[in-house]
Amino acid sequence: MAEEHGRKWDRCLADSARTGFGVGVVFSRVSFHTRIASLCRPNVARCVGSGMGLGMGYSNCQHDFRSPYLLHGHMVKDQ
Amino acid sequence: MLRVCWRGANAAARKCLCGNGAAQPMQSCRRYTSAGDSGSVAGKIVAASLLTVGGGVGGTILYAKWDPKFRAAVEKGVPYSDQLFEMTIGPPPPPPVIPLPKKPVKVEPLQISSVSEASKDSKQPQQMKEKKVAKEEKPPVQQEAPPLPQTIEEASAEAAHIISAISEVPSVPAPGTIDQPAKALPTTASAAEECKECEHEAHAHVVKERPEEVVSARLAAQDRAEHDLLSSLSAKLDDTLGSSAKLTLQAIGAQEAALSAIANHTSKLKEAMDAEGPSDKTSAQWRSLEDALNERSRAADEAGAALLKAKEELEKLRKVINAAKDSKIDAARPQILAAEENLHSMVVDLDRAVGKVQTAQMEAKIVSQYSELVNEAKAQFQKELDSITPEIQANWKGLSKLSPDDLNSLIAHAHRRIDQLNRELAEQRVREQIHIEAALDQQRLENQKTLDKAVGTAISHSREQMRLEQEKKIEDVREVMEAEMRTQLRRQAAAHTDHLRDVLKVQEQELRAEAQEVLSSKLMEQETNYRRVTQDQLDAFTLDMNAAYARLKGIEEAIDSHVVAEEEARKAHQLWLSVEALTYSLKTAVADSPTEPLETAAKAVRESCADNEFAVALASALPEESLSRGIYSEASLRARFYQIRGLVRRVAMINETRNSLYQYFLSYLQSVLLFEPEQLAPPTKLKPEDLDTFKLLSYATYSIERGDLELAAKFINQLTGEPRRVAQDWLKEARLTLETRQVVNLLSAYANAVGLGTTQAP
Repeated sequence: MAEEHGRKWDRCLADSARTGFGVGVVFSRVSFHTRIASLCRPNVARCVGSGMGLGMGYSNCQHDFRSPYLLHGHMVKDQ
Repeated sequence: MLRVCWRGANAAARKCLCGNGAAQPMQSCRRYTSAGDSGSVAGKIVAASLLTVGGGVGGTILYAKWDPKFRAAVEKGVPYSDQLFEMTIGPPPPPPVIPLPKKPVKVEPLQISSVSEASKDSKQPQQMKEKKVAKEEKPPVQQEAPPLPQTIEEASAEAAHIISAISEVPSVPAPGTIDQPAKALPTTASAAEECKECEHEAHAHVVKERPEEVVSARLAAQDRAEHDLLSSLSAKLDDTLGSSAKLTLQAIGAQEAALSAIANHTSKLKEAMDAEGPSDKTSAQWRSLEDALNERSRAADEAGAALLKAKEELEKLRKVINAAKDSKIDAARPQILAAEENLHSMVVDLDRAVGKVQTAQMEAKIVSQYSELVNEAKAQFQKELDSITPEIQANWKGLSKLSPDDLNSLIAHAHRRIDQLNRELAEQRVREQIHIEAALDQQRLENQKTLDKAVGTAISHSREQMRLEQEKKIEDVREVMEAEMRTQLRRQAAAHTDHLRDVLKVQEQELRAEAQEVLSSKLMEQETNYRRVTQDQLDAFTLDMNAAYARLKGIEEAIDSHVVAEEEARKAHQLWLSVEALTYSLKTAVADSPTEPLETAAKAVRESCADNEFAVALASALPEESLSRGIYSEASLRARFYQIRGLVRRVAMINETRNSLYQYFLSYLQSVLLFEPEQLAPPTKLKPEDLDTFKLLSYATYSIERGDLELAAKFINQLTGEPRRVAQDWLKEARLTLETRQVVNLLSAYANAVGLGTTQAP
């Protein structure tokens, strides 16, 4: 379980990074291509994307870390 | 002073001694004198004692010489006294003769009593009979006299003898009656003989008992002796009878011959006298007459000799008869009687013949006298005739040749003779009476004599006859009586035998019943005994068998238990081995890698304890993980714990509520900034505030450092939230290891226990 924590962290970071960068890149490319002109600078796009990615990654991480504690409920319909 | 003292002492001592010595010589003198006196006194005493002893011995010897019984007693009591006696008074006298009891032996009380008694004591009459038979005669009168009833044994003996006599042996002579006349003879028995008899009788008295066989043997011997005697007697009798008969017959024949000779002679004489034939015939006649006379004389002599011999023989016969009579054998009696009769008859015949001969002789004498007379007359006549007529020859029958003168003279002579004769005749007639009387007297005398003699002989004969008849009658009567007695006795014996038979039957029955009873009782006893013994044997055997069986069973059980125990031991050993293997396999955990899977070892354990539920349970209680994957060693767990510890510290704040990344950061920060002792001794009681993560971690670290994995696990188990999740796998591992170890320990303990239990000390 300990390794999992570490693994989780690794995944998290890796994921975050990947995701960030991926999304960033993808966003930047997309933005570049889509001409979201506001974002003239690709860095910004990348930053935005990265930030979005990181945020996604962070959220993923968090979710990942929370996952054991998450409770899934089912609604039982009374008939 | 010392010397003085010493001297004084010496003197005192000496004086003492001297005093004593002075006293002593006197005393010794006294003693000597007393000894001297006492010497004489001692001598006197010695002499007196010697005298007494000598007197005693001498008196004893003298008295022993006088009284042999005393001598015998002394000889018996005092050893070597017999030698002394022999030296002094000679050899002991011979044992004295037993004094002769004059006790009369009774004869025959006819009391029938038991046969046994009779047979037991039946030797008494045997001896008596023997004596009677052996000895010639002379049973003393006393013995035969009154039938004094003596002992019942003797009576029964007699009776038994009689009974036995009835059966086989000729009866016992009743010696009281017949022997009386015979006993009349031996009354002249000498006293010595009587004494001898008495002695023998006494001996007979003294000896009471004789066995039956001896008695019967004696009886048989007696019978045989009797028989022999009888036969000898009868033989003798017969011989003498025969010889006497022969001789008598001879005598009678001789007498008859004599008689005939006499008759012949007489007739011849008569003839010769009557006949007046020629001289040659006359001479022939006279010659024949002479021959006849010679013959007669010879015959008479022969007859006389024969008579003598016969008389001798008859006398002998009489003697033999008397002897036979005296021998008192009953069986010979009829023979004796017959012999007597024969004797009598022979005597009678002889006498008769003799009488006949005598009469014939008398006749012959008469005839001879007559012939003499006639011859005398004739001679005289012839003489006269010769004187008258000398030329005429004597033969006056030849009258034809005579002349008339001669004839006349002859006639004249004849007339003269006739006258003479007439005168003589007258004279004779006159004297006839006287002559007749004289002759009658003479005849009477002679008759008387002959009568007397005849009467005497007749009397003797008749007496003899009567005696014989009497004897015969007696004999007959006796026979009849004996027969009657025999019948009575037989009857009695029959009755007795019947009674005996009845008694015997009853006795037999009784005895049989008794014997049967005894037999049955004995049999029952034996049977019960046997049963008991067999039962005992059976019981013993059963006991033994049971014991043996029990022992066998015990042995078997022991063996089985042994086997079982050994099996158990083997199993335990195997278990232990497998457990050891398991334990060993636990150790194979190399650092940070688990042990080899315990599957095989567990399988081995499971195999080795297939029947042991406990072990099986334990073996199956091993967790799956350990079986399949193996477990981590404690060291690795320890190492991992430290890792876990760090991690737990870092996520100490994270739990269900706080589990954002920010919290993660904060908890990380907390772990960096918080300092607590690494190891903290856990308290015995946990308080709620002890359940802090860091504290728990410290406790766990402390425990694990102390090697107490369990406690550490326990503490780690108290973690909550994320640290718990993080430590979960370690906990799991720890749990696994702990569990396995626990099981293995249990198994090992169990195997050890089992091994201890089954293993027996050598």
